[in-house]
Amino acid sequence: MKHQIRFTVNGDEYVVAVDPRRTLNEVLRDDLNLTGTKLGCGTGDCGACTVIVEDRTVSSCLTLAVSVNGKAVRTVEGLAPSGEELHPIQEAFVKTGAIQCGFCTSGMEMAAAHLLSRNPSPGEEEIRAGLSGHLCRCTGYNQIVEAVSVAAEAMRNSKTEEVKG
Amino acid sequence: MRLPKFAYFAPRTVEEALNLLADHGEGARVMAGGTDVMVKMIHGLLKPTAIISLLEIEELRGIHFDAKDGLTIGATAPLADTASHPDIVKYYPALVHAIRSMANVEVRNMGTVAGNICNAAPSADTAPPLMVMNGEVNLASLKGQRRLSLNEFFRGPGVTNMIHGEILTSIHVPPPLPKSGVSYQRISARCGVDIAAVGVGVGIVLAGEACKDAKIVLGAVAPVPMRALETEELVQGRERAQELLGQAGDRAAQEARPISDMRASASWRRKMTAVLTRRALDEAFERASRR
Repeated sequence: MKHQIRFTVNGDEYVVAVDPRRTLNEVLRDDLNLTGTKLGCGTGDCGACTVIVEDRTVSSCLTLAVSVNGKAVRTVEGLAPSGEELHPIQEAFVKTGAIQCGFCTSGMEMAAAHLLSRNPSPGEEEIRAGLSGHLCRCTGYNQIVEAVSVAAEAMRNSKTEEVKG
Repeated sequence: MRLPKFAYFAPRTVEEALNLLADHGEGARVMAGGTDVMVKMIHGLLKPTAIISLLEIEELRGIHFDAKDGLTIGATAPLADTASHPDIVKYYPALVHAIRSMANVEVRNMGTVAGNICNAAPSADTAPPLMVMNGEVNLASLKGQRRLSLNEFFRGPGVTNMIHGEILTSIHVPPPLPKSGVSYQRISARCGVDIAAVGVGVGIVLAGEACKDAKIVLGAVAPVPMRALETEELVQGRERAQELLGQAGDRAAQEARPISDMRASASWRRKMTAVLTRRALDEAFERASRR
């Protein structure tokens, strides 16, 4: 039996009829065509499918779509809503060479967004702990850690400007 | 869709959940964060006909502490919330350490302490610290409530003494005694993302300098998280000393009943049981002496 669920993704409201067997990952990618969220291992080990539900990161491959009824979901598409102007986290990933094949990137960026929302000035160890469980087979991680640090600084600075302005 | 066919329910009360569990019989499965249940379904190891999610039951989400009654962790309180709760950080640091060394951020945001216990893996990181702190589980069924010590909870890998129709509603841990200290030490091939190859929990209470009560639980070296009763007896009445730490480690290694698997060999597990028991006992003494 299908369940009708109502939820928001990046602020847009969706009403979808879903079979309870379907994961949030499947509904985002196949029904809503939001393919920025990837499916890696499918068992919560690699971090590629990470999205934010309410205010915390989850593995969308282990989340049943029915369980997000009434909730707010944020995906990588929500980081840069215009599709043109990049979020400071994305800018930093580009600038520091933290992207090679790109498959882990959206999960990494969502984890970084979650981390920076709780800790605007993380040290290197805190960044590594915040990204642990996110696997990247290309970069060797150093550039990704640097990207999060660069993004944190940019976000702190723009916040100071906002306050001044 | 990679999952087997099941009906899904998200009841609002424990009573409603218990009725659903009774109505749907043996094929019904209770789920909280889903980080174990979902993985088992994806791998085809679990084919429930009904999933009863506990996530919409408000009363199961809370974490409560008071100095007299101790700590109660609701069945759906996420691991992340448990490890960052100020009272748990202050009074139950070994549990915080166990949780922070588990899995990754996303799994800790979704998964629960109750789920880690119900999954009953011999390597469950929260089991040794909770057991040495005399943790108990509160179980509800249509017949009523019962409380079971975690020492009597596990029966084998993935098997517990819960009976069908019961739901684990919360975990209770007594308040820490004066002059008590608890430590959890674990090791795995890489880091927390890996399941523990060995985990050791030690809880002691001091009278003066000497240990008047010791509880030692070994994880991932037996079919269930196991009490090392002989090692506990050895520590009883003794003071902190290098010699004691060495003896306790050796005894715990003898008591362990490890197997070889893809994560580690039995002989390495035995050696690590000795090392981790030494470290955990040392830290437990240190913590007890400061309280």
